[in-house]
Amino acid sequence: MSEAPIRGRILRAALPVAVLLVGIAAWQLVVSVNGIPSYVLPGPALVAATLIEDWPLLWSSLLTTLSTTFQGFVAAAIGGVALALLFSRSKWLELALLPYAIILQVTPVIAIAPLLLIYLPQQTAVVACAWIVAFFPVLSNTMLGLNSVDRNLAGLFALYRASRWQTLRYLRLPAALPYMLGGLRIAGGLSLIGAVVAEIAAGSAGSGSGLAYRIAESGYRLNIPRMFAALLLLSVAGVVIYMALALASHLLLRRWHESALRKES
Amino acid sequence: MTARGGDAIRLRGLTKAYDGRGPVLGPIDLDVRRGEFVSLLGPSGCGKSTALRIIAGVSAPTSGEVAVAGHPAAERTGRAIGFVFQEPTLMPWASARDNVRLPLTLAGEARHDADRRADAALARVGLGEFAGAFPRELSGGMKMRVSLARALVTEPDVLLLDEPFAALDEITRFRLNDDLLALWRGLGKTVVFVTHSVFESVYLSQRVVVMTARPGRIHADIRIDAVERDANFRTSAEYAAWCRRASLALAEASEAVAVT
Ligand SMILES: Nc1ncnc2c1ncn2[C@@H]1O[C@H](COP(=O)(O)OP(=O)(O)OP(=O)(O)O)[C@@H](O)[C@H]1O
Ligand SMILES: [Mg+2]
Repeated sequence: MSEAPIRGRILRAALPVAVLLVGIAAWQLVVSVNGIPSYVLPGPALVAATLIEDWPLLWSSLLTTLSTTFQGFVAAAIGGVALALLFSRSKWLELALLPYAIILQVTPVIAIAPLLLIYLPQQTAVVACAWIVAFFPVLSNTMLGLNSVDRNLAGLFALYRASRWQTLRYLRLPAALPYMLGGLRIAGGLSLIGAVVAEIAAGSAGSGSGLAYRIAESGYRLNIPRMFAALLLLSVAGVVIYMALALASHLLLRRWHESALRKES
Repeated sequence: MTARGGDAIRLRGLTKAYDGRGPVLGPIDLDVRRGEFVSLLGPSGCGKSTALRIIAGVSAPTSGEVAVAGHPAAERTGRAIGFVFQEPTLMPWASARDNVRLPLTLAGEARHDADRRADAALARVGLGEFAGAFPRELSGGMKMRVSLARALVTEPDVLLLDEPFAALDEITRFRLNDDLLALWRGLGKTVVFVTHSVFESVYLSQRVVVMTARPGRIHADIRIDAVERDANFRTSAEYAAWCRRASLALAEASEAVAVT
């Protein structure tokens, strides 16, 4: 490999990091020079210190939120794919149920969460919120994928008298996989959002211990540095989830799908 | 080799109309004898692919009868016919071997035997080394060969080919033409070959069936009695004469409809 592409790659990775460093430095400078009190805007150094100091608390909150996110995501993945398979089997079922899936999707989850918290146990309600936000992209992408089968390949399967099940297993599911993975990638981030929204709604209603709850709680107590620290953790969690799903998708598709192929030049 | 003679394909009064619009095909009567190599030659859109799909049983005729080896479509098993589409039509997520194995997998054949037969079919089309390659790693001509291997793997009596080489460059097409002829001679299959190339149809087939423009009917049925099919044949005077006849028939067939 020649030198230029390597230098390009390093530059590409270094650029966002440089922006981050400059931003942090500017932030610290503004806070120090103007003598802004920490309950208005804490400097990055203080946020870092808080992160370390409150680590046990924040870490357990992070785990709570991640567990909710994960449960919501798994439910969304299973529910979205299963529903798409059901719809592909029965046009009637699709006609009957799809409108409600859409209604659920377009109604803001922040408005649904308080209701769910009334009728469901808290942990279930929080997971349900994550599920509601996340399942629709999985459903709609999988439906699209299942219907994106090459017409001639479908003819080929008909020629060889493939059963419905065989056509699903050997043709429609593999053809749908890239779409499905695209949906899951969106669903990962969305279920984190759902979990956070529900935690905040639940937090104002009483108990809770997730990161979003910590943010709300710190807000009431004017513990601004902890708010920032928790927010930072949430963003990092979101980025990691996205990257993990992108990597999984890449590994599954790299042998054949255009989206995962390396550019040649 | 199976005994030649008897009808491999029998079409009677075959028509096709897609709903709402006029007929696109027929009525067509055609008999193809066992072991015969027949080309369907016709202008674009005259219904050649439609006819082939109906023979394969993938699409239903609007009226008329189709029998392959004496059986109507409903009574056939999945292995009686091999089909090669205009495009390679391979599953991009599967290796060449897995693609070729598909018909056997669908028939419930054990993995081990199926793999062995798939490899043998790939070797027959000269791709023994590429069993593990994915479609995107193969050239257009190689993909077409994989498609051909897949059509051969069930050892069908009838091979239906829908302009399989139309998208390839001339050199590759000539080579695949010769490969196909060698396979046909070696395996004794009945072949129906769709093309809109006069030269290809004359070079390959024992009969050239010329179709009119939409709705496609049979305009002429030209017998090509050449024994040798090789580079000499391609440059011979008789080859040129047959091409001339087929071209004239094709021109008439196209005009026959333009007038009405
Ligand atoms: N699914 C379909 N619905 C409606 N009309 C169709 C359909 N498939 C084919 N046709 C029509 O039927 C006619 C014959 O199509 P067909 O594909 O059989 O032609 P062809 O002879 O194979 O043409 P080409 O040489 O370009 O491949 C065309 O006029 C086309 O518009
Ligand atoms: Mg065609």
